[in-house]
Amino acid sequence: MMNRTKVIHYVNQFFGQIGGEDKAGIPPQIKEGPVGVGKLIQEASGGQFEIVRTILCGDNYAAEHLEEVGQIVLKWVEEVKPDLFIAGPAFAAGRYGMACAVLCMGVQKNLSIPVLTAMHANNPGVDSARKDIYIIETGDSTREMKMVIPKMVGLAKKMLGDISIGTPQEEGYLTRGIRINVRAEKRGSRRAVEMLLKKLKGEPFETELPLPQFDRVVPAPPIADLSKAVIALVTEGGIVPKGNPDRIEAHNASKYCKYFIGNASDLTGEDYQTAHGGYDPVYANEDPDRVLPLDAARLLEKEGAFARLYDHYYVTVGNVTAVASAVRYGREIGELLLKEGVHGVILTST
Amino acid sequence: MVKEIERAGLPAVQICAIVPIALTVGANRIVRAIAIPHPTGDPKIEKKEELVLRKRLLKTALIGLHSRIQEQTVFKSEDPF
Amino acid sequence: MMDELLLRKVRIEEVMFGEKSEVVNHILRINCEELTRYLQEDQRLRSVEIKIARPGEKKRIIPVKDVLEPRAKPEGTSTTFPGFLGTAEPVGTGITYVFDRVAVVTCGKLVNFQEGLIDMTGPGAEFSLFSKKLNVVLVMKPLENLGKHEHEEAVRVAGVKAAHYLGLTATRSPYDTETEFQVATGPELGDIYRGLPKVIYIDMVIAQGLLHDNYIYGMNAQGSLPVFLSPTELMDGAIVSGNCAAPCHKNTTYHQQNNPIVEDLLSEHGKSLCLVGTIAMPVRTALMDKERTCTQVLKMVRFLGIQGAIVSEDGGGNPEADLMMLARLFEKEGIKTILVTDEYAGRDGASQGLADVTPEADAIVTNGNGNQYVTLPPMEETIGHLEAIEVITGGHAGSLRPDGSIEMEIAGIMGSTVEVGSENLKTIAV
Repeated sequence: MMNRTKVIHYVNQFFGQIGGEDKAGIPPQIKEGPVGVGKLIQEASGGQFEIVRTILCGDNYAAEHLEEVGQIVLKWVEEVKPDLFIAGPAFAAGRYGMACAVLCMGVQKNLSIPVLTAMHANNPGVDSARKDIYIIETGDSTREMKMVIPKMVGLAKKMLGDISIGTPQEEGYLTRGIRINVRAEKRGSRRAVEMLLKKLKGEPFETELPLPQFDRVVPAPPIADLSKAVIALVTEGGIVPKGNPDRIEAHNASKYCKYFIGNASDLTGEDYQTAHGGYDPVYANEDPDRVLPLDAARLLEKEGAFARLYDHYYVTVGNVTAVASAVRYGREIGELLLKEGVHGVILTST
Repeated sequence: MVKEIERAGLPAVQICAIVPIALTVGANRIVRAIAIPHPTGDPKIEKKEELVLRKRLLKTALIGLHSRIQEQTVFKSEDPF
Repeated sequence: MMDELLLRKVRIEEVMFGEKSEVVNHILRINCEELTRYLQEDQRLRSVEIKIARPGEKKRIIPVKDVLEPRAKPEGTSTTFPGFLGTAEPVGTGITYVFDRVAVVTCGKLVNFQEGLIDMTGPGAEFSLFSKKLNVVLVMKPLENLGKHEHEEAVRVAGVKAAHYLGLTATRSPYDTETEFQVATGPELGDIYRGLPKVIYIDMVIAQGLLHDNYIYGMNAQGSLPVFLSPTELMDGAIVSGNCAAPCHKNTTYHQQNNPIVEDLLSEHGKSLCLVGTIAMPVRTALMDKERTCTQVLKMVRFLGIQGAIVSEDGGGNPEADLMMLARLFEKEGIKTILVTDEYAGRDGASQGLADVTPEADAIVTNGNGNQYVTLPPMEETIGHLEAIEVITGGHAGSLRPDGSIEMEIAGIMGSTVEVGSENLKTIAV
């Protein structure tokens, strides 16, 4: 076939057919030609796409050396100058999804080559990339592979053919959080009247501007007897041991951490610091109790205001952290503390 | 996060400076913090007074944990003790 | 006993200057001298020049302050634009004449930077319904050193006077269509339309001072609590715009006279709903003022037994707090509420478009993203001051290219995202 589309495909160690979790530490490598899923992509394109090179990397290696891997991938892609760069699909695999998203953004930005990937809506790779690249939406199971590949190929063909791309519903990609102006059939006032009639009749209608919705939670039963209660301190203000040993990010934190405080009665600027990049750190670094009030809590414990202060605290950085992440951290921390016999939580945020 | 901790069954109080945001996002028990960069501190006053202030905030938070509420509630600091 | 408004439209196909202000064969001739003399009775105006801009002409009008439709009632009855021309008698009944397809556009030296642009042809013309009007443009120069507030008032009143003057000419002309609007009392509506849901239209009017004002029966809305108006009162110019909100979403006087939400609700009145009336709701900045106004509206709406409401925004930013407050208050009462607004979603469309949110605001109509960036070709003639583009909302330093073309956001085009929904621009998520 003449004029085939040159494609480079990125996969992890598993889809690269090297191995499973045990091979997650392998560094990036090249295989010329398609591997596994790559062959499906070629087939789905009716032979139009030719995967000239497959780049593989272990999920752990990629996660821990993302910048370095990014540079290598750029070099390997530039050598070939393909028409298209495809990564994944990653489904629900977090490390893989993150790598796919970041590598795609790098190729698009630095080499101006069209890119495309696919993963589950909740994959951590989505949040930072959705505005900049097309991500085909998948479920969380690789069993969907046969349905996902044609969607990827379909969208890729449109991208390459400069054909106008339809809405997320039509093409199957995750909404990018971008709003564009279009001409409606009816004027705004008419659409408002029609929406009102539907609402009055109890018929389903669709708002034209979905607002971020925050649900409400039924309050948990209060602590009946404070004098018998175990209280835990949690903070979104990023107070961590000096040196930030677990490298919580200054914004858009990808994790939360648990640190031992034992019987400590004070946090000092020598032993602790803030990792949060969203507020002036001076005051917190001088005296971390200003964000994580350990000294006051210990005094109240001694006075009998409550029975015992839990011997660890949880911390993350609540700065531009994706709502989905914050939800996950809160849920996990809540469950962990419940298991540890804690009765109530005091959380500080900045 | 505090909403999710509460959802897991643990009463949780959020001490934060921007109360309207905590309300919008859905926190049930809220105590107003001193300021964004130092929610439980005040660099402008003496260390001793700061500690008293901090204790007062935490006491209010404890009241928040102890109170039976039906809807989102902002707990106000009591008089100094 | 039921009252009515008879709206008589005189169809105009061409406008030109002539010896006498009259209509002959659908051609409107304007006695320019007579009109300018009348307008310059206001000595605050140093000069008034009248220019005509027709659809398809390569003309650009900038900076535009307001647009009004020529409407008047036959002499000896009440007067349109009540409160501006010597009387504040109630309007909304009787007979009103309209010059269909004609608009008065107030232009001239910039009062404030939130004034807009109208292109009569080209891509810019697609964004504004005013490009399809025969525009009678008043290019006004104020006295040297006239204060901003005086300047604004002078040009606003001139616009009203010109619209009324031309409206009077319409009353002396044969009309082409007549539409009858019933004006009933509350009990009458309840009786006749028993069984149909009672609907109200809340017309938010910005009242924030600093040249962001609206006038209800000639009174600055800043000092006003919300007021009930029948839809026909809007048709007779009960609300006059003095506001300098961004051009894309400022509700001009024309938009109030031809309020499309009123029009479209009336087309369903008696069939699927009963339109009880409208409430003009001033919007102020302070939280207490918002609470005061919104709760007063709630009180009125409860009393009227309202079941459904459409609320339109005026301007952007802090008025969104009022939108959300009303949505919350109404929905908690079981009143089904639709909010009509526009968005500032950034040039890339990725920003959160509204300044405030609430879970009850689940039914919103959007009239587009005002930040959309466009390039408009050069026009042969500018009516007004072309260089104003660099300071008006939507424009920026460097907006005016050496070849006369313009790069700007549609925020600067009159009515492009108007929040009463006259246009069909909409935003979708991709």
